[in-house]
Order: sequence, then C-alpha cells, then structure tokens
Amino acid sequence: MKYNSVFDIIGPVMIGPSSSHTAGAARIGLAARNLFGKQPSWAKIYLYESFAKTYKGHGTDFALAGGLLGFATDDLRMSKALDIAKEAGLKIEFIEDNSGVDHPNTARLVIGDENDQLELVGISIGGGKVEITELNGFELRLSGNHPAILIMHNDRFGAIASVTRILAKHEINIGHMEVNRKDVGKEALMVIEVDQNVGDDILQELQYADHIIQISKIDS
Amino acid sequence: MFRTIAELVEIAETKEIPISEVMILQEMDVKEKTREEVFAEMEKNLQVMEDAIERALQGVQSVTGLTGGDAVRVQQYMKEKTPLSGPILLDAVSKAMGTNEVNAAMGVICATPTAGSAGCVPGTLFAVKNQLNPTREQMIRYLFTAGAFGFVVANNAFISGAAGGCQAEVGSAGAMAAAAIVEMAGGTPQQSADAFAITLKNMLGLVCDPVAGLVEVPCVKRNALGSSQAIVSADLALAGVTSRIPADEVVGAMYRIGRQMPPSLRETGEGGLADTPTGRLLKEKIFGVSV
Repeated sequence: MKYNSVFDIIGPVMIGPSSSHTAGAARIGLAARNLFGKQPSWAKIYLYESFAKTYKGHGTDFALAGGLLGFATDDLRMSKALDIAKEAGLKIEFIEDNSGVDHPNTARLVIGDENDQLELVGISIGGGKVEITELNGFELRLSGNHPAILIMHNDRFGAIASVTRILAKHEINIGHMEVNRKDVGKEALMVIEVDQNVGDDILQELQYADHIIQISKIDS
Repeated sequence: MFRTIAELVEIAETKEIPISEVMILQEMDVKEKTREEVFAEMEKNLQVMEDAIERALQGVQSVTGLTGGDAVRVQQYMKEKTPLSGPILLDAVSKAMGTNEVNAAMGVICATPTAGSAGCVPGTLFAVKNQLNPTREQMIRYLFTAGAFGFVVANNAFISGAAGGCQAEVGSAGAMAAAAIVEMAGGTPQQSADAFAITLKNMLGLVCDPVAGLVEVPCVKRNALGSSQAIVSADLALAGVTSRIPADEVVGAMYRIGRQMPPSLRETGEGGLADTPTGRLLKEKIFGVSV
C-alpha cells in the first residue's frame, strides 16, 4: 500500500500552499540532501509536467531549495529559502523539461559540490508523500515509509552478506531490500528498508564491510 | 489492515467500536506506538488547525492579493444578518475558507488530505463543535475518522489534483469530513460510509484548474462549498438516507474518471477556469508575462 499511516492523510503540518508541490517538493529536496550527506554548493533541478507548469505559483522552487537546506515541511523559513540558499552559497538552477514522465509531479535533482555529485529523481504522489524512483542512474522505489540505508558497492560475491551480517549483529530487521547493478562486476546499489533508524556507529561499521563504495541513509 | 471502506465498516461493526477506534488501533499496530503517542501526535495536528482558523478570523491576505478576508466577511455577515443557510453551515464555510486563506498566504496548516483541500475537515469540525459540544478527545477522534476514509481513497485512487483532479482533493476532503461529522453526531459506521459516498458522488468529475497555477482561485471557495456539502450529506445519512452506490464503488468511479482527465485539467493551470479570459489576465498580472 502506498500510504500506511493516518498521518499521511491528516498531515503533514506544513507551510502552504500545496502539499504535493510545496511539502512534497521540500521532502524530495531533503531526501537528496540526506543522501548526499552534506549541503551541496550547486543544484540543477529539472521539473516535469505539473511541477514544470506551476512551480512558481506553488512555491515548488523555494520548497526544493528549503529541502536542500535541510528544512522540514513546517519550517517557517521555507518561503525565504531561495534567498537563504543564495546567502549560504548554494547556487540553484531550475529547468522546465518537456520530456514525458510517468508521474505528473516529477523532479530530477542533480546536486553536488567541488568533490561529489548526486543525481536523484523524486515524485510527489499526493498529500506531501514522496517516492524516490532513481538514484545515480539506478532505478529504485523508496517510499520513505520506513528508515532506509542505501549502499553503493562493487558487484562482488560476499558484499551483501557482509552488510546483512552487520545488521543482524545489531538486531536490525530488514523489511524490504533490493539490489540493482549497472553491469556484472560493476557498481551496484543496495537499498535496505529497516524497521528502526540506524545509528551513525552502525553506518560507520558498514563503511568497512566488503566492497562498499559509499553509504547514506534516510531516517523516518 | 483495512483496504476498503466495506472492510473498515465491517471491522467497526463486528468489534462494536467506532471507525475512529479502528484507525487508532491500526496506527498503533503499524507504527508500534502506544495509544497515548498516537493521540498526542493527532492533537498536535488539531492544534495547528485551530491556530490556522484563529489566524484566519483575524484576517489574512495572500501575496498576490487574489484571496484573503472572506472568512472574516462571512463572520461579520453572520453577526449582522440571519444567514439563509443556517449558522452552522455558514460557520463551517467561513472556517474552511479561512484555513485555505492561511494556506494561500503561506501560513502553517495541516494537510487534510492535501494543503489545497485543508479547509473542509477543520472547517466543519470547528463549526459542528458549537452544537455537538464534543470533548477534546472526541475532536481528536473526528480526525482519525476522517483519516480512515482518506486512507482508503489514497490507497485505492488518489488524493492529489495533479493525479486525479479536484474530485481527489476537495472531493475526498469533503467526503472525509461528512463521515467524521456522522460519527461525532452519534451515527453508525455505515451511516459514515453513506455520508462519505453521498458527498463524493456529487464531486465526481471536478477538475483541478487553478488560476495561474496558484492554490487560491478556485481552491479557497471550493473548500467552502465542500464543507457545506459535508454537513448536508451528514444530515442526509443521519436521517437514514443511504447511498445506492456503495462507497468503495464511488471511490472506484472517482479513480477511473481521474485517469480519463487530460493533463490540462489536472493541476497544470492550463485548462478550465485558468483558461478563461480573466484567469489568463490574472496570471499575466501576477507573473508579468503574457500567456
């Protein structure tokens, strides 16, 4: 089921005017920031269909910026987020893209700094709820219903086992898991939805598991 | 976990508990939380709704100037005249509009189920409250009942204008409110389902055509009328009027209609009222570009 909590329906508490175009957009921005692990210094944001047609009126632009700055949906600074981003040295460019997409409220975020870059596609499915459908070229389906760990690794035997062994040791239960690779023996992405938020100490331990390239997490 | 309204009503009838209790128990189960935690979280939302209405009744104005002040206007009219539609109905209308005026002014609101349709549930709640004199707990339960019905709509159809038109937003919100009013007024779970169905049936086909793509025109007034329909539908159901088409089938019809709506009528600000001479002119004025 797409929605699993009454608070997806009665909620979120948010700054207006639109749950899908403002609160949802802020959550996509925040997911990108969390996965990037730090504040980016630049962002190219591609907007599609309803997002592209109405982003100015709905404040989708400042909400995405607010999310990249780490704002929650009810942060009173939200409507000033574009100015705050500028002051914080975060350069954002919005691009209206006419390409066809599966969902009317789709945004593609390419964010980075001088060292790293991350590309993410998010959709805002209604009532402030979002899904991440693509990360660095990997297709995935991250609902945000549960905390999740995302692990970029090399496609080698033992990589998955070494990760799950650490989670088992800390008694962390896996609710949903998917593994996606670009090609045999190349980069792969593990997406693990778990039942409770994963602490930084465990994340650090996972960092030293076999064949791991990069780890990020989303708390719920 | 209930997936349909029929299941929701059946659980409530079998266990002899209200709809709100079914939702509370499910939330406790899914989120592994205590009753106190779940209640506390909902009470926060209730407080946000109350604060938003209070702010609206002091008068707000959106940045564009397109909306604001009508909630106050209606309250003033109620003081000076005897409204034809009755004090509770008009109070709900005023408070629903007020909530959406605060939303349009980028104030803090609670999405129910969305921001654009955030007025119907709190607007009706803080109006029927004056007659039904609920406890704070009953007011919180009102939100769980509304949420239970919205939960089914969201999982079987949609609740966003971009996906399914305004029928999915104000349609869902009005229908959720109708079901919640019935429970607060002492109706049965089945009567809640009937009130829900009666409201949503009348919202079928409603398109999402915001002028200039802003959540202002016609959204604010659609919340006003949505809340009035919720109260009328609740009265119908409490009088024993039933819906010939079961609630789940109405949700199914809403879904299929939404799938058939062209993108121009799904929150792109391109069709319907947005594409009237005045709608286009307003957009040009606000964004300073010709369209």
